[in-house]
Amino acid sequence: MERPLTEHIHPDRPPFNIKEYEAVGGYAAVRMALKEWSPKQLQQAVQESNLKGRGGAGFNTGLKWSFVPMDGNAAQTKYVIANADEMEPGTFKDRLLLEGSPHQLIEGMILAAFAIQANTSYIFLRFAYKKAARILRESLQEAYDAGYLGKNILGTGFNLDMHLHTGVGRYMCGEETALLNALEGKRATPRAKPPFPQVSGLYGKPTIVNNVETFCCVPHIVNKGAAWFRSLSKSEDAGTKLYGVSGKVNRPGIWELPMGVTVRELLEEHAGGMRKGLGFKGALPGGASTDFLTSEHLDVKMDFKSVAEAGSRLGTGTMIVLDDATCPVGFVHNLQHFFAQESCGWCTPCREGLPWVEKILLSLENGEGREEDLDLLKMHTDLLGPGKTFCALAPGAM
Amino acid sequence: MLTTTEIKAIEHEISLVPHKKAAVIEALKIVQQQRGWVSDESLGAVADYLGMSQAEVDSVATFYNLIFRKPVGRHIILLCDSISCYVMGYRNLYAALQVQLNIKFGGTTTDQLFTLLPNPCLGCCDRAPALMIDDDLYTNVEPENLKEILAKYT
Repeated sequence: MERPLTEHIHPDRPPFNIKEYEAVGGYAAVRMALKEWSPKQLQQAVQESNLKGRGGAGFNTGLKWSFVPMDGNAAQTKYVIANADEMEPGTFKDRLLLEGSPHQLIEGMILAAFAIQANTSYIFLRFAYKKAARILRESLQEAYDAGYLGKNILGTGFNLDMHLHTGVGRYMCGEETALLNALEGKRATPRAKPPFPQVSGLYGKPTIVNNVETFCCVPHIVNKGAAWFRSLSKSEDAGTKLYGVSGKVNRPGIWELPMGVTVRELLEEHAGGMRKGLGFKGALPGGASTDFLTSEHLDVKMDFKSVAEAGSRLGTGTMIVLDDATCPVGFVHNLQHFFAQESCGWCTPCREGLPWVEKILLSLENGEGREEDLDLLKMHTDLLGPGKTFCALAPGAM
Repeated sequence: MLTTTEIKAIEHEISLVPHKKAAVIEALKIVQQQRGWVSDESLGAVADYLGMSQAEVDSVATFYNLIFRKPVGRHIILLCDSISCYVMGYRNLYAALQVQLNIKFGGTTTDQLFTLLPNPCLGCCDRAPALMIDDDLYTNVEPENLKEILAKYT
């Protein structure tokens, strides 16, 4: 079974430096694509690979890039941004890639920048990832010293600067337009779409924002081809996926597996099943913003389409397990406490609704609930429904 | 007044962005790193330096969780209170910390050594429960480990 993203990651030793990374084929994709491919060719290869955004939205990455205007003024400023603001509760996959294979991310970002002809890029890293920040700073310096970043990269005339930006803590920064505001030094509130960032993003310039794991797939697609990438998967969605499991299972952890393993395989084979004496009550399949799957969904494939058909979302693919000794009301109250606290306050249903929901859940947890509280909760699922707020985090919260 | 060290660091950040204002979050981080927190006086100095109003800078400063607008202790304890740590028992850690430090979330110990804050997910859910003290991450923490961990900080 191939594990292109994590093949060279070993938790018990430091990540590869640039020489070690090059020795296992690192930066070969950059050397080839920058010298032999056109930006359009690279966009098409990624689009044909059917790589879908690993941050949770699941949009075709190459298609996203293709919306960047490429005609006209070639000197137009454009940006590429890695969303490394991993802050959705229960999500811990990008940490592995950031700490374990920093050059893979940098290489993927160079390729993306070449594909849209961007000359500036940022890694937006959350504050808590101190180890990743140190590793990325060293790796960026190595990439500059080796001539993969900076002016006239590999003599091709392509220029790219890459900067590390560390955040100061706010879940909203993970939303792509709010992230742009944060990078501009503003409050991280979402922007209206359209215009989409690909047309008007950072400082009003064309920008693509992708998740860390998404960028990490790109060098492998360039090296081995779109057909190979699609063949890695067990489902319609291509590639491998980092899947994680946390909660009271025997072996919580994170694994790179073919896209489309079932909930059961993940829980039983990889996470080792429930701890002794505990039963499986349900799970959030891909982070705090995804809906519960229950025991009737154990054979659902963990891909974007199948999880959506089961009434939830794949999200980030990092599952949080609810065992039968943990109170589901307390569990959901904890989630809503997070969402209420982290709401940026831009849209009324979210700013006013979530603290209300949190209070209702607390009163239920304390045994002071009333019958009509259920109607109120239901009302908020409508008020925070898709299309009623600027960003998608609000429907995710309910 | 900003110090020359602070000004030098802020100038570097300004050089990386198209407008001065875009460096405001970095400037606040720099000041906080030097002074521990961002007082009204510090905030005013940043505003003057970047040509922004104090209200504008404060709206940014108060938006982010980890810009401190009140004095904090020498070390910051960030205890993860999110879902995986909830399932794995962060409340036991919180109870033990309250006893050992005699403070609740938001509080600072009387000797000014520690400030205790709740923090959303630290991104190590497979090793829950977790906490951070300054730049150090601690995972799979049990209440009985706390004494030893806290003793490292003076």
